[in-house]
Amino acid sequence: MQNQHTDNPNDAAPPPPPPGGQRAFAVIGQFTDVDAVMDAAEKLRDAGFSQWDVHSPFPIHGINRAMGLRPTILPWIALVHGVIGALLGLVLVWWTNAWTFTGLPAPLQGYPFLVSGKPLFSLPANIPIIFELAVLFAAIGTVLGMFGLNKLPMLHNPLFNSERFRRVTTDGFFIVIEVDDPNYDPQQTPQLLRDLGATDIETVTDAPAPGSPGTSATPGTSATPPPDATG
Amino acid sequence: MANVTIHSSPAAAAEYAANLGDDPTTRAPLVTGGHDFASVTDKVIDLNLRRPTRGWYIGFACSLALLSLLLITIAYMLVTGVGVWGNNNTVGWGFDIINFVFWVGIGHAGTLISAILFLLRQNWRTGVNRFAEAMTIFAVMCAGIFPALHVGRVWLIYWLAPYPDQMAMWPQARSPLLWDVFAVTTYALVSTMFWYVGMIPDLATLRDRTKKRIAQLVYGILAMGWNGSNRHWVRFERAYLLLAALATPLVLSVHSVVSFDFAVSSLPGWHATIFPPYFVAGAVFGGFAMVLVLAVPARQWLGLKDLITMRHLENMCKIMLGTGLIVAYAYAVEFFTAWYSHHHYEQFVFLNRAVGPYAWAFWVMVACNVAIPQLLWFKKMRTNVWVILAVAVCVNIGMWFERFVIVVTSLHRDFMPSAWAMFTPTWVDLGMFAGSFGLFFTLFLLFCRFLPVVAMAEVKTIMPAAHPKHGPDRYDYQPDPDTEPPLRRGHWWT
Repeated sequence: MQNQHTDNPNDAAPPPPPPGGQRAFAVIGQFTDVDAVMDAAEKLRDAGFSQWDVHSPFPIHGINRAMGLRPTILPWIALVHGVIGALLGLVLVWWTNAWTFTGLPAPLQGYPFLVSGKPLFSLPANIPIIFELAVLFAAIGTVLGMFGLNKLPMLHNPLFNSERFRRVTTDGFFIVIEVDDPNYDPQQTPQLLRDLGATDIETVTDAPAPGSPGTSATPGTSATPPPDATG
Repeated sequence: MANVTIHSSPAAAAEYAANLGDDPTTRAPLVTGGHDFASVTDKVIDLNLRRPTRGWYIGFACSLALLSLLLITIAYMLVTGVGVWGNNNTVGWGFDIINFVFWVGIGHAGTLISAILFLLRQNWRTGVNRFAEAMTIFAVMCAGIFPALHVGRVWLIYWLAPYPDQMAMWPQARSPLLWDVFAVTTYALVSTMFWYVGMIPDLATLRDRTKKRIAQLVYGILAMGWNGSNRHWVRFERAYLLLAALATPLVLSVHSVVSFDFAVSSLPGWHATIFPPYFVAGAVFGGFAMVLVLAVPARQWLGLKDLITMRHLENMCKIMLGTGLIVAYAYAVEFFTAWYSHHHYEQFVFLNRAVGPYAWAFWVMVACNVAIPQLLWFKKMRTNVWVILAVAVCVNIGMWFERFVIVVTSLHRDFMPSAWAMFTPTWVDLGMFAGSFGLFFTLFLLFCRFLPVVAMAEVKTIMPAAHPKHGPDRYDYQPDPDTEPPLRRGHWWT
């Protein structure tokens, strides 16, 4: 079996490397609670790891500091989309209601229609549509921006090969250090996780073992890169 | 009427008291029953993983029956024409607009819970936000049916959209009716995105916990590969905050625009500047009544009393009382304005409301929306599920009659007495109104069966164990500037 772990935190022997043919993807350590995983994250941040992550069933307040994460660009994406939506709304109501464009094909000409002698274009009467389009575009930008920055949807992830890791969506707290991290060492990194208080250590491979019970959890078959550490 | 809560043990009684505690120096526990993270998940997903109960099947069958009534009446109306409704006289807006405003208003409570209470850091919202948001979406779906059908030729409904066509015509952007199209469409889309994005972590929980292959595939695709990464969580939370900040002005704009449908016209009874805030308060009032009508039985039958506690119900009662008082004030201001305006038609409309042929509807509205909610001043009443349920049902009835009074009494006495008429709903009107409840409850029961009814990940964040260095009195995250390093600066994109 490729999923090796030790249940005894005092056991000094690192988990043996996976058998040939399966490339190790990451070493994961399970922690008991928020405090343990926060303390460990602060130490890993100070140790200079980059290709690592904390996985938890809910967002941990203050984890961005503990992990040394930078603020996200997402509010700016929302702002830009909102401004685009507002401008689009403005152009839409002006083009379609306040002007005729002679020479254009009929479907693209405006439709100025005089109602009770009111001006064809007045900002107050047009604000509702401009506002709604600004909100709609900003919301779509926020959602798609969040998916894009998080590289979702990602229907396959080597972490899902670990049966233990499935507790992450219930009550499991994990720290994942990828083997691609420059600081990764097959002997010392698992030991480091254990020293930081991980109760269980496991090496996750990029392909499930044949007949492993952990292979049927997620759709998709092709291995895609893991979550990018730098965003 | 069981006003006495029977506790299994002294500890449970103490927990019940703490949950309802008013002491501002201590945080009341919002999850009772000694749950840990795993048991919260077990409690919620058990509803999705086990076979539904007999009660669910009975409720679903009744809802489907009502839904088929809706489909039959719609089919009959499409084949025959909108003349089958009772509004074929002076009262040109009948049940179609009443039901539209009624259902859109109900949706607003869900957005208030998910967005405004989030911005106000009301942590108790986590217990009820998921199904309140679901209620919003289903209510907006019910609402959308009526204006879509009342255009008459529903197969030409796409004319409402601004698109280049050979008629060389465009929608009239200065008309409140077009504002309504944009507002309700945006509201439906943003509410759905908000709901789905918030549900992704919980869908991942279902993906990881279900044993059925098809369920794994469906939940797996819907969960988009969510793996609890805190690099993801940080952006997820920021997206959630942004959506809340966007949905807050949106929800206020939606019912304001709905009120513009009336207020921008120059009809006495509709042409009032108080309409936007009056409509928004009324929408939240009626929406919370619907949340309570759903929450009280749901926490009982689905066994969610530990997550939707008495404190949640009490808080919602307080909001219902507060918004109800705003609505009562608006009723009074309408009458004052009519008197103060010295405008004969305006004065006649309001006198006619109170003592005219539809006075019964007006007084049903006043009784249900103004008088009965005053019971909620008393804590004993706010913590009695039977009283809560009765008041909430009354408010729902009262809010429907409010829209009836606004629409029908303003129209039925036209400027010319020769055009005076009475509005009588036909069986198609009544069938479609009853049928819309069928659609609503069918969708709601399917939601209870297949999707997590409580936002598990969010509920876990308000449990004491979710906070670093938590202590017995630390139910909330309180930043500790002395021990936390400053944010690392550098590249600001991530």
